[in-house]
Amino acid sequence: MPDAPAHRGAHPILSVSGLNKRFTVGEQTVEALRDVNLTISKGEFVCLIGASGCGKSTLLRLIAGFETATEGQVQMYGAPITGPGPERGMVFQDFALFPWLTVKENIGFGPRQRDLPKDKLEEISRHYTDMVGLTKFADYYPSQISGGMKQRVAIARVLANDCEVLLMDEPFGALDALTREKLQQELLEIWERTKVTVVFVTHSVEEAVVLADRIVVMTAGPGRIESDSRVPLARPREVSAIDFNQVRRDVTERLTSHVAVKSAAAA
Amino acid sequence: MKALATIKRWLVPLVVPVALVVAWHVAVRATGTRLIPPPYDVGLMLYDFTFGGIYDDTFSKTIHIHFWKSVQRVYGGFFAAVAIGVPLGLLIGRVPAFRKVIDPTLQILRPVPVTAWLPLSMIFFGLGPNAAIFLVFLGAFYPIVLNTTFGVRSVDARLFEAASMLGCGGSSLFRQVVLPAAMPSIFNGLRLGHGFAWILIVVGEMTGVPQGLGAVIMDGRTLSRTDLVISGMIVIGLAGFLSDRVIVALNNRLLAWSPQHHA
Repeated sequence: MPDAPAHRGAHPILSVSGLNKRFTVGEQTVEALRDVNLTISKGEFVCLIGASGCGKSTLLRLIAGFETATEGQVQMYGAPITGPGPERGMVFQDFALFPWLTVKENIGFGPRQRDLPKDKLEEISRHYTDMVGLTKFADYYPSQISGGMKQRVAIARVLANDCEVLLMDEPFGALDALTREKLQQELLEIWERTKVTVVFVTHSVEEAVVLADRIVVMTAGPGRIESDSRVPLARPREVSAIDFNQVRRDVTERLTSHVAVKSAAAA
Repeated sequence: MKALATIKRWLVPLVVPVALVVAWHVAVRATGTRLIPPPYDVGLMLYDFTFGGIYDDTFSKTIHIHFWKSVQRVYGGFFAAVAIGVPLGLLIGRVPAFRKVIDPTLQILRPVPVTAWLPLSMIFFGLGPNAAIFLVFLGAFYPIVLNTTFGVRSVDARLFEAASMLGCGGSSLFRQVVLPAAMPSIFNGLRLGHGFAWILIVVGEMTGVPQGLGAVIMDGRTLSRTDLVISGMIVIGLAGFLSDRVIVALNNRLLAWSPQHHA
């Protein structure tokens, strides 16, 4: 498995350099991220994986612009990110849909902020509602649809806003196994069709190997990048294939190696 | 089957009131008291109050006058409380600096019973309807402002993040996210405040107004006309109930998205 991240197309869209992030909770300072460096190319599908507390969600939130760096920078096309923006769309684990808007209105929320003519807005909302297969549920409220459907709405909502980077924070973590698999496939189809760049946080090795071009393994205490490697598998990927298992074992080893080292030191 | 369900829907809520009336009748009979009239006498009084023709005194066929006066005061006070309470609640919930300035004062004033304001309100507004409206306003104001504040403060932080990444900020954030998200709480406050408005109308009309359902009750007390007192109580209860239904219907319509907020 090649260790250095070679880029598809190699046009960097996001770059994280010398990033440190500390939180102050009461009197205590928690070091969430230490010296994180990462470059992501346009159109890449990158998975951030690691145990809880490794800072993977914090890194994602810094890219989204919901948090600010203590030191270092996050840049998009070379310009520093200073806050949230429509070009970077976040998909949350708990969906964060607007409960008072219907499926179609949720999807049209971003475009509505841009003073588009009414028929244009309608066209965009319908297009993305259809794209995620929710045509029949367009007028339902979030409380009336399943978790899988809610997450489809959340994905369509950021795509409808012409986002270039899809930031996903354990988006399928709250879904059952069958729905999760189905949504993974749908996400890959959408990714291939729209050429959107995806940064996907997960703690499931299998999910990362199914989805990613490139897997960034992070470790905790403080959060930093342990390893960064490409997934040498063609698509579509078969979970039961031998080479798939090989990659999965490899990622699992890198994910747990530092734990083994630590427990050896403790003993 | 459907007809049966409809009958059930209308009959079930009536079981307790009917039982209470029966118990009232039996209790008056059994004790032989002359202080409390039996339900039948109150029924007669209500009839006379509405249509006249039985006692033909100053209260006969005057229900519409008293009812209308009270409705004006209840809604005068209630709408004033909405007009001030909702915007104030939104500000307190949304602007921390404003909250720090105004909230302590509000929390000190809030436990003061509305009845304690009676003497002062009569000095401020004189004898007459304005003092009544002021007391109704005070009663409705606190639940409205507190629930609105609570609604604004408990908006899920994720929704703000979602809105900001979708390009919504500033005043449109307020209109498109804060207000709709706080709506269930605001309605809760409106319903509570509206209930208090009807409760306080009797106190409000103690301020020496000649007409109104509260004034009728006070007159009944002075004249030892308990049938009149109870008639006034029944009319207030029914009026409060019916106008609460209006708020509930509005609530269910505006909050169609949130089944758990349906009343």
